[in-house]
Amino acid sequence: MISYILRRIVATMPVMAVVALFVFSLLYIAPGDPAAVIAGDQASPADVERIRQALGLDRPFLIQFGSWVWRILHGDLGTSIFTNLPVSSLIAQRLEPTLSLMAMTLVLTILIAVPLGVVAAWKAGTWLDRTIMAFAVFGFSIPVFVVGYILAYVFALHLEWLPVQGYTPLAEGFWPWLVNLILPAVALGCVYIALIARITRAAMLEVLQQDYVRTARAKGLGQNSILFIHALKNAAVPIVTVIGIGIALLIGGAVVTESVFAIPGLGRLTIDAILRRDYPVIQGIVLLFSFLYVLVNLMVDVTYTLVDPRIRY
Amino acid sequence: MALLDVQNLQTHFRTPEGVNRAVDGVSFHVDEGETLAIVGESGCGKSVTSMSLMRLIPEPPGKIAGSIRFQGKNLLQLSEHEMRAIRGNDISMIFQEPMTSLNPVLTVGRQIGETLRMHQGLDKQAALARAVEMLALVGIPEPARRVREYPHQLSGGMRQRVMIAIALACNPKLLIADEPTTALDVTIQAQILQLMLDLKRRVGAAIVLITHDLGVVAEIAERVMVMYAGRKVEEAPVAELFRSPRHPYTQGLLGALPRLGSSLTGAARRLAEIPGQVPSLKQRIEGCVFVGRCPIATDLCREFAPGLEEKTPRHFTACHYASKGAAAA
Amino acid sequence: MTVSTANTARLPADLVVAPQLPDLLPSVKVRRGVLGFLRNHPTVAIGCTLLLCLILVGIFAPYLGTVDPTALAPAKRTRAPSADFWFGTDALGRDIYSRVLYGARVSLTVGLSVALCASLAGLAIGLVSGFVRWADGIVMRFMDGLMSIPPILLAVALMALTRGSVGNVILAITVAEIPRVSRLVRGVVLSLREQPYVDAAVASGTRTPMIILRHILPNTVAPMLVQATYICASAMIVESILSFIGAGTPPTIPSWGNIMAEGRALWQVKPFIVFFPAAFLSVTVLAVNLLGDGLRDALDPRMAKGL
Repeated sequence: MISYILRRIVATMPVMAVVALFVFSLLYIAPGDPAAVIAGDQASPADVERIRQALGLDRPFLIQFGSWVWRILHGDLGTSIFTNLPVSSLIAQRLEPTLSLMAMTLVLTILIAVPLGVVAAWKAGTWLDRTIMAFAVFGFSIPVFVVGYILAYVFALHLEWLPVQGYTPLAEGFWPWLVNLILPAVALGCVYIALIARITRAAMLEVLQQDYVRTARAKGLGQNSILFIHALKNAAVPIVTVIGIGIALLIGGAVVTESVFAIPGLGRLTIDAILRRDYPVIQGIVLLFSFLYVLVNLMVDVTYTLVDPRIRY
Repeated sequence: MALLDVQNLQTHFRTPEGVNRAVDGVSFHVDEGETLAIVGESGCGKSVTSMSLMRLIPEPPGKIAGSIRFQGKNLLQLSEHEMRAIRGNDISMIFQEPMTSLNPVLTVGRQIGETLRMHQGLDKQAALARAVEMLALVGIPEPARRVREYPHQLSGGMRQRVMIAIALACNPKLLIADEPTTALDVTIQAQILQLMLDLKRRVGAAIVLITHDLGVVAEIAERVMVMYAGRKVEEAPVAELFRSPRHPYTQGLLGALPRLGSSLTGAARRLAEIPGQVPSLKQRIEGCVFVGRCPIATDLCREFAPGLEEKTPRHFTACHYASKGAAAA
Repeated sequence: MTVSTANTARLPADLVVAPQLPDLLPSVKVRRGVLGFLRNHPTVAIGCTLLLCLILVGIFAPYLGTVDPTALAPAKRTRAPSADFWFGTDALGRDIYSRVLYGARVSLTVGLSVALCASLAGLAIGLVSGFVRWADGIVMRFMDGLMSIPPILLAVALMALTRGSVGNVILAITVAEIPRVSRLVRGVVLSLREQPYVDAAVASGTRTPMIILRHILPNTVAPMLVQATYICASAMIVESILSFIGAGTPPTIPSWGNIMAEGRALWQVKPFIVFFPAAFLSVTVLAVNLLGDGLRDALDPRMAKGL
């Protein structure tokens, strides 16, 4: 088991290396002069030159890349061009709201999407299945900020059940933290719920046709036992895989959701960085989220061994 | 009274290409402790019949009609809940594919114990202990260790033994075995058949054996029913059927078997084959279902479907020319 | 059906006839042809119709009662929808109806271009990867890495380094979508290479380009078409998100994302500014997704159960 996890970790190394290389070399392969783009249209040649040096564009690529990687491995993500603060501390300040939002969304999604998918597969072809799948297509099609505005308009502005915007740190109490996160989490979760519900239905439909499900029915087992013990455990591998892949949607969506609900997280940091063309900050955020994404998918790999005894470690 | 009495069983399916009348008006019975074989080519409705007996046909797209009386109760009129109490308890089933019929992510012990906990209210420990006993009974070595293993750790023959253990765990009165040995090696086939016969004697269960293997039929069945295109065409005690088949289809099936020590000479010694193919069940068939492949068919056969007739005691044949057919053989 | 008297007369007296049994299920009507196809796959019909309407709206935007979508009118700021301004006006007094209609051009251009470019690039990379053994490892490691960067962030990073323009938005989203297509194509190539008829073609000395043309491409068309549809839908959403967070098309261009971004500050008091572009965007993406779902069901019955 330990050696399996170690091997998986080793396998993610080249992936992270490619991510780092790509994020770094964007500066060099971007069309035009990135220093001029970042400096903006009103910048003087001196400004452009200052930025060129700050980004290290004046030095050879490989040396620059090497020292950059070395610094990252020591936790130094560089310095913001705009604020002159270390990128790592900027990120650390904004991490809690974003991680809270993502964790909350993940829990909510799994609790809602998996049962929906199971029910849809069980009742395949009926109006219930069609309704659930129609909602899934809508969930896919309506952009996250639109869902956010609709929810905020109905539940916060109109019904006044929940706060319109803002974030309360967990340190100030669980309840205020939770209440502030409900609407953003539902909004962010929509597309993710749609995705997981669809893959759950598909995986369950596949499994429900298997001979062993027929055996379970021939034994006289009840519907719940067949669905949630015999079938769901077999369908778990694709479902868990897509939960892992879907984290990418969650990350992209979080940036936008935070903007709609005025949550002071990494999303806000990203938007500010885009407006100020603060590339080191963007670089740091992309690296961090990619690392998070790879980490989640590593956890997914480990989960496989828990649900399927045929997968050897 | 018969243990199982099936009257005019019809099982139809809705498919995008039309309604498939997989089983269309089949009647038969099984007595206590008796072994009835259902034989026929693939696609003749054998498996659908057996699944219908357990009401394992999903409705929709399927639809079952007629009556299935088990110990006097019509199974088709039971609620799903009442039916569940019968499945795996009074009637149990063994399937063709031991490799895929066991759940790959649950231990063997759990899969055997589940039935016992469900139908006999055993607790977890008791069910597991009984599962070990059942594994020993079906001849699996080291049952205490095997009970904790997963299906992928067992061979095909062992898996079929596990399936038998599951089927017999609650001492059913009727065991439906759908091609139980087809997927196994020839040597294992004989062992599994022997095991089924032994256990049948011990438990006293009746067996409905679905097979296309006439060798197996001759070995363990007492009565045989021949199906073709969703209908029953002939039924007789096993010896009688092999000695004097009356329906041209049965004659064809038996003629397709290589015989040892037969006194036939010349061309007749060749393996016979039945020309043509099974008609599509997606159109309504007027007349006899076998007409397209029958050597002795007439206009009469094309127009009127023959009913089952008891031409000699306990020997039923659905053929207008059954006696002539017998003479021709 | 009962035996008619005319027939019974000819019957031998002792003939035993099987009882006629009723049909349990109503008969199924088999549909054929284009209309039959559309009736069997209503989602394709709905998706196609909606999409066609929106494309027409985009093309004929100047003739649909619109005014210059960039014309400022400070005196007429944030008017609610009325007979004069069907969808109201924004914070700078621009006509939202005109902006939304012209916005259809941006979204559809981005969606269709990304779908096309990503498919072609992905096809090329996937083919190389599937056929050139030594390249496969390198290319796929690279694609794995690219796939580990959440697509929106990848596009954001690219946009931060370039000037905002529709072309650069298309490029940025395309780069983010390529890995998925190339994985798909590579998967198809590898599974086809195992097929006996491809083996036979290789054994009989058919040259690789010929094999690709005859055996590989025809089999990639169906999954690629479905994938391209989904990419189109996702590209339109990503475009709107990029514009919404200020990393997309320049604010001077009326794209749906830009209209919404500009209405963001006022959404609590003037929700209509956000509502109309949001509704158009959602319907457009929905149309493309419906088309994709329908195509997937229709092209591959095996995949129909899938995502």
